[in-house]
Amino acid sequence: MITADTIVVGAGIIGNAIAYYLAKKGQKVIVLEKSDNIGDGGSSRNGGGVRQSGRDPRELPLAMYGIKNLWPYLSEELGTEVEYYKKGNLRLGKTEKHKEILTGLTNRAVACGLDVRMIDAYEVRQINPFLSEEVSCASWCETDGHANPLLATLAYYKAARRLGVRFITGEEVLSLKKLRGRLRQVITAHDIYEADNIVLANGIAARDLAAYVGIDIPMSSALLECLVTEAEPRMFEQMLGTAEADFYGHQSKHGSFVIGGSSGLEAVNKDNGTPINSSITAACIARGIIKYIPKLSHAKIVRTWAGWMDRMVDGVPVIDKVDEVEGLYLACGFSGHGFGIAPAVGLNMANLVLGENLTCDISGLAYNRFAAKA
Amino acid sequence: MHELVDRSLKDEEFEEREDDDMLICRCEEITKGEIRRAVHDGMYTMAEIRRYLRCTMGLCQGQTCAKLVKGIVAKELGVSPDKLEPATSRSPMRPTEMYIIANEEK
Repeated sequence: MITADTIVVGAGIIGNAIAYYLAKKGQKVIVLEKSDNIGDGGSSRNGGGVRQSGRDPRELPLAMYGIKNLWPYLSEELGTEVEYYKKGNLRLGKTEKHKEILTGLTNRAVACGLDVRMIDAYEVRQINPFLSEEVSCASWCETDGHANPLLATLAYYKAARRLGVRFITGEEVLSLKKLRGRLRQVITAHDIYEADNIVLANGIAARDLAAYVGIDIPMSSALLECLVTEAEPRMFEQMLGTAEADFYGHQSKHGSFVIGGSSGLEAVNKDNGTPINSSITAACIARGIIKYIPKLSHAKIVRTWAGWMDRMVDGVPVIDKVDEVEGLYLACGFSGHGFGIAPAVGLNMANLVLGENLTCDISGLAYNRFAAKA
Repeated sequence: MHELVDRSLKDEEFEEREDDDMLICRCEEITKGEIRRAVHDGMYTMAEIRRYLRCTMGLCQGQTCAKLVKGIVAKELGVSPDKLEPATSRSPMRPTEMYIIANEEK
């Protein structure tokens, strides 16, 4: 038996960040990861967006807090360059319908106190001269940006490890067990681990584990795909997206364009148990890119990949302490947009575990918000 | 196959070597010393090494240096290179221009 103050299940960026902030406060933490690799799920398969615009108001406070207080200092804090750029997010539109979608998103975000506004074709091209002439409007949030998800995930791992966090990979958690009325044990194929607090930050797999103590978190998985080009000359530094979500992405510090997107068939994509590319999605993403950034039509794609997201039934995660199972904490169901809020989630989850004040209002992300039709 | 690996910090200082400046990944210009240091910092698998350093992620997609990188990582970890899973190969086989991939017409 191995004991700790807190056990985090899942070594993605969420689990690593939680472990880091707990260790920084002096806790003894163990992180258990099923995969052989740290950050093998969505953490290393996403488009790297660090944005507030386009977010659900329930998770917006985390995005705003992180961008104001954590992301700008993250490379320094963790001792690894995470390639954070705070150069704005353009969400592009071409038609009246797009404009309607973007205006709706913008108005809702303004109501939450976010500095985002609609801009016209002229101003769009002032910001980014490489966009197609067809782009007629955009929402513009100057404080949005992007970072390198591979590095940010491993930076939290590296820094947490230096603070003494014990990471164990290839260790799949099989079940959870209560002792004397409270959650206490984590059971794997190799060992039994015990801790006062157990945080589930393992995406879709958190559903099966939480079920061992009678909690159901309504998530399903969906496959998303990304592609990356070879290094191109420096073109622009903003994060880009579109009204219809044809694609989203940015030019990385390295010069390559990292771009994600969808074919619309994600929910029914076939897979054989590994997150594998379909034959149609990269083509679909490429068509979307060429429509908006014609100059990239000759950029060479060097790699494509896929990853599952843990899609919550209402599109935002559960970040909470479970009242009826003492010792259980949940941070899962990030629904494809967890990367940008990961630092704020890590900090707040650590505070929740330690019983300290939170820096953000996360009351909209409670585990018990799901109710069947009346 | 998943294998249990404890990533706890080892109580060893990083030791620089004479040949640390040697270029291993030519596409991304990564040296032997950078790879050795990455292992010391906790990057234990080929997937982690490439995500952390970019080596084997350039134009040749590791066709030139993947074996060399693997040899260095294995030596640092003190295991045989065939114990290390190669990083996943990804499509397309060769760098392909965006307009070619985009064209679905027959």
